[in-house]
Amino acid sequence: MAERHSGTGSGFWQRVGVPAASHGILLIGSLSMLFPFVWMLATSLKPADETVLWPPRLLPIHWTVANYPTALDAAPFIRYFLNSVVVSVAATVLVIATSLLAGFIFGKYEFPGKRFLFLVILASAMFPFETYMIPLYLTMKSLGWINTYQGIAAPYMIMSFGIFLMRQHIAHSIPEELLDAARVDGASELKIFLRLIVPLCSSPIGALGILAFIQAWAAFIWPLLMATQRNMYMMELGLSTFQFRYTADYHLLSAAAILNTVPMLIAFIILRRRIIESVALTGLKG
Amino acid sequence: MVEPSVESLVAPVVTLTDRLCGLLRMNRLTFSKYCFCYLGLIPIFVIYWVLRLEPIARTFILSFYDWHLVRPLKPFVGLANYRELWSDENFLLALKNTTLFAVFVVGASVVLGLALAVVLAGNLRLTAAYQAIYFLPVITPMVPMAIAWKWIFDARYGILNYALSWFGVHPIGWLTSPDVAMWAIIIMSVWKVLGYNMILLLVGLKNIPAVYYEAASIDGAAGWKMFRRITLPLLKPILLFVIVISTINAYNVFTQVYVMTTGSQAAPGAPLRVLVFDIYQNGFQFFKMGYASAEAVVLTLIILALTLIQMRVIRMDGE
Repeated sequence: MAERHSGTGSGFWQRVGVPAASHGILLIGSLSMLFPFVWMLATSLKPADETVLWPPRLLPIHWTVANYPTALDAAPFIRYFLNSVVVSVAATVLVIATSLLAGFIFGKYEFPGKRFLFLVILASAMFPFETYMIPLYLTMKSLGWINTYQGIAAPYMIMSFGIFLMRQHIAHSIPEELLDAARVDGASELKIFLRLIVPLCSSPIGALGILAFIQAWAAFIWPLLMATQRNMYMMELGLSTFQFRYTADYHLLSAAAILNTVPMLIAFIILRRRIIESVALTGLKG
Repeated sequence: MVEPSVESLVAPVVTLTDRLCGLLRMNRLTFSKYCFCYLGLIPIFVIYWVLRLEPIARTFILSFYDWHLVRPLKPFVGLANYRELWSDENFLLALKNTTLFAVFVVGASVVLGLALAVVLAGNLRLTAAYQAIYFLPVITPMVPMAIAWKWIFDARYGILNYALSWFGVHPIGWLTSPDVAMWAIIIMSVWKVLGYNMILLLVGLKNIPAVYYEAASIDGAAGWKMFRRITLPLLKPILLFVIVISTINAYNVFTQVYVMTTGSQAAPGAPLRVLVFDIYQNGFQFFKMGYASAEAVVLTLIILALTLIQMRVIRMDGE
């Protein structure tokens, strides 16, 4: 008892004041993080005339879900969604495959030119995509890949960071003896890769898969250049063109925006911890 | 006719590899390892060449040409594109805007992210929930979020102007003039990236061994002094990374600018000019691809220079 009361000054402050102040700060921050979502959701449930009330109301007076079917009728959002899925899944599979193979080779072998080749891969990551998209666009044009899935997915099929990540994992956590034992048993290098290395990389595969998927899903400027036909739009691009048509109809825009947010939101709710860990992993880059 | 046996088919190949091994003075295991490495890397480097290395090189090459998409003649013009950039008002404005944007977004998101990370590192309850909430804007796609913010910033019916009216502020046309739109985009972008910086810095803070703090508190350090002397120096590598990556991302800002300030009735005025938008417009709307490539080269050089400078500054500070 004496101890609890003796420290009314700094002791009390440490025990109660600091956590309370911390929670206060974090709560205010949380509200500002969540507000745009709440406001968008509320607007999507209002009839058109309630979006232009002054003063604005947070909650609808007459609740309605009619904006959702109207938005779905006005633009093929289901098709956009499927396009996003196709491009993102293809990109994810290819990033994982190329990163595993290159990561294995750079992590477990010595050969002439190794350092130079690895340096090339890392150095190319210093150039942001926006700086070389013009020649890349010309390449795609000459291949006839405009308005094709392979054209839209192409830049997302390799990731320098993915190769780096796999190399780190394979070099540090798979012992050399395991590979030698397999060689003694007569396994070829390819077989070692497919049967031994790939199954032992499930955790970095998961992390890298999440990163690659998010990267492709969030792509905007490249699909904007590559997809000129509406049936090839991905969700982001589809929503932005929808926005230019229904500029002031915020009840419809909000419904469409909610529809475009939901897939990622569901993924985030299910895989919250894995996603945060994967993205935090990019901090290893430096 | 006797069917050739498998052995008789394989035998010449085996003798050939043996000969090669002898020629290259290596045993067969080493030879097969080399084969695997180079054969495996061929497809990887073909992809790298087509999708990264060649386009990067060609950006530099194109920047020396008057390369117009639809004109058949594409003459070499030396540094003319760069000279033209130097007096191009749109480009200079974009350069100024992007730099201003980067300074404010990086400054605000790193300082706020660090503050939040420090608060969260204090082992509070609900830490996981706070992390998820602050991370939500990072993970949600940019376009729907830009639309949500556009509605918040709406000049006539926007909730932000309504909230400001309580403090006697007259309605602000947030997105109607580029000067004000800049601040709207900055606010929106800080909101979007804050959680990423916070999470990375939190990981960095948690990785600082407790012994440092214990030793410092024995020496009588606490509070701000502890933060200044122990936390900041030990956090330096991850802090540097966060600053570099935020700066690079900020210089490449495009999507939110495109959605919130271009081509709609809400923004009849000029769009907010940023570098990538200018590259996009010159290259893909005016088809001046050589000129746009010169802009891209300038953007590349800025980003490379900033990365090197920041690494240098932090390293010197640490010595």
